[in-house]
Amino acid sequence: MDSPIKMSTINLDFYYGKFQALQHISLDFARNQVTALIGPSGCGKSTFLRCLNRMNDLILIGRVEGKILLDNEDIYASNVDVVSLRSRIGMVFQKPNPFPKTIFENAAYGLRIKGIKNKNTLSEHVENSLKQSALWNEVKDRLNESALGLSGGQQQRLCIARALAVEPEVLLMDEPCSALDPIATQKIEELIQELKANYTIITVTHNMQQAARISDTTAFFYMGKLIETGNTDIIFTRPRYKETEDYITGRFG
Amino acid sequence: MTLKIQIKERRVNYFFFSVATISIASLFMIMMFLFIEGLPIFTKVSVKDFVFGKLWYPTSEPPDFGIFPLIIGSLGVTIFSALMSIPLGVMTAIYLAEIARPGIREVVKPLVELLASLPSVVIGFFGMVVVAPFLQEVFDIPTGLNLCNASLMLAFMSVPTICSISEDAIFSVQKNLKEASLALGATQWETIIRVILPASISGIAAAIILGMSRAIGETMVVLMVAGGAAMIPGSIFDPVRPLPANIAAEMAEAPFGGDHYHALFATGIILFLLTISFNLIADHISHKYRQSGEASL
Repeated sequence: MDSPIKMSTINLDFYYGKFQALQHISLDFARNQVTALIGPSGCGKSTFLRCLNRMNDLILIGRVEGKILLDNEDIYASNVDVVSLRSRIGMVFQKPNPFPKTIFENAAYGLRIKGIKNKNTLSEHVENSLKQSALWNEVKDRLNESALGLSGGQQQRLCIARALAVEPEVLLMDEPCSALDPIATQKIEELIQELKANYTIITVTHNMQQAARISDTTAFFYMGKLIETGNTDIIFTRPRYKETEDYITGRFG
Repeated sequence: MTLKIQIKERRVNYFFFSVATISIASLFMIMMFLFIEGLPIFTKVSVKDFVFGKLWYPTSEPPDFGIFPLIIGSLGVTIFSALMSIPLGVMTAIYLAEIARPGIREVVKPLVELLASLPSVVIGFFGMVVVAPFLQEVFDIPTGLNLCNASLMLAFMSVPTICSISEDAIFSVQKNLKEASLALGATQWETIIRVILPASISGIAAAIILGMSRAIGETMVVLMVAGGAAMIPGSIFDPVRPLPANIAAEMAEAPFGGDHYHALFATGIILFLLTISFNLIADHISHKYRQSGEASL
């Protein structure tokens, strides 16, 4: 039996040069659940998310202390291959960022870099991932057209399909709906609900209702600290701390 | 909008329109002049004999106006210099934009651009005094002033152009595309090859066009180091006489309005057509492989 905890951070600190952006964050992410990270802008939730797939390695002045465990193994250990780690932890960005390639090539990108060349295998995976991201019916007749011709919501679902195609275990989403209209947002939210059967999902959001609708667990960040975490229903109805209550009721942030 | 503002707006529009007209018209007139002075030679020699004629003896009696060796000379130095300058320039650009630390980039990029400002006569001088004796000694050849030397010097001139403009194109590829690729488990190398280069290919193509146009139209360097023999080269160590060098070397001695004079202008027409077709090809390539409007120049 797999442990119910897929991923966890232990006393995680992150520094941009001398500025400490995250302070002692310890947080567990349950398998096949959706965890929402909420908090005002600049509270460190995106920085935290980017530590989880080591995207922050790209920041030259960035420094990580503490531990992040994926299936009980430290992802910052020296023997960890960042490249294979990132194929286990998919990421969807704030702004839809499809490659300027065809729809098919976007979805197939992760597979191609894994060295899969067989046309049938590629088509099969592409179709599956586009179906999973609920985009297949809209694009099946124009797979060879540019992805840039899609609407914003379709582009974002394509980015989700692209991330799913490599079959990650964890899916990180950095405000995936912030650039989308309400209808596209609703589609993505429904999608997240369906995807959690197969993936562990961690999402950053600025939208309180969204966090309440889609997540099982909510973590509230403020000024680089984790203030409170727990079952989403409880956080939104009976928060323990005043900061949390003030934030979710819209008194600041 | 009041009438006064409307009149002012219209005046501004007219002003810009006339400035644009003047610059385009003068370019067009230069082109007209080139054709008016060059075309009369074709009453004496057929276009085919002029372009494919193997002998260039403009002052003998009867004269031979065959510029094929000159065309080969021009294409030869341009192609050989491109073989060196494109890989060097593009790879340096990739290094500066994607691999080097920001500190190194900030120092090296201005240095590369400084190289572009070296006057061509200085590069030609370097080729004559340093490279020519070196080639002569190392390869044991009769003269160091040859196709190889000219190609090296032209490559030296086009690398900064190719590098600097390619670097701008590569560097301007959006960061979020790079992140998307890395987040999917691509290595830095795969990201460069599969995402960054394709997204910046039209900018890189523009850089290569500009670099090679500089090489094919360059006069002083080839005049100094190409050797100046109007013959079809048998090896890269044979001297050649590219089109611009030919025009520059002979224009002063060609009698005004004579056949030789017209033949030199016709040489200019051929050079002009070469450059144009060259630009068209490169333009076509950059459109064909362009993946989006982003990151192009």
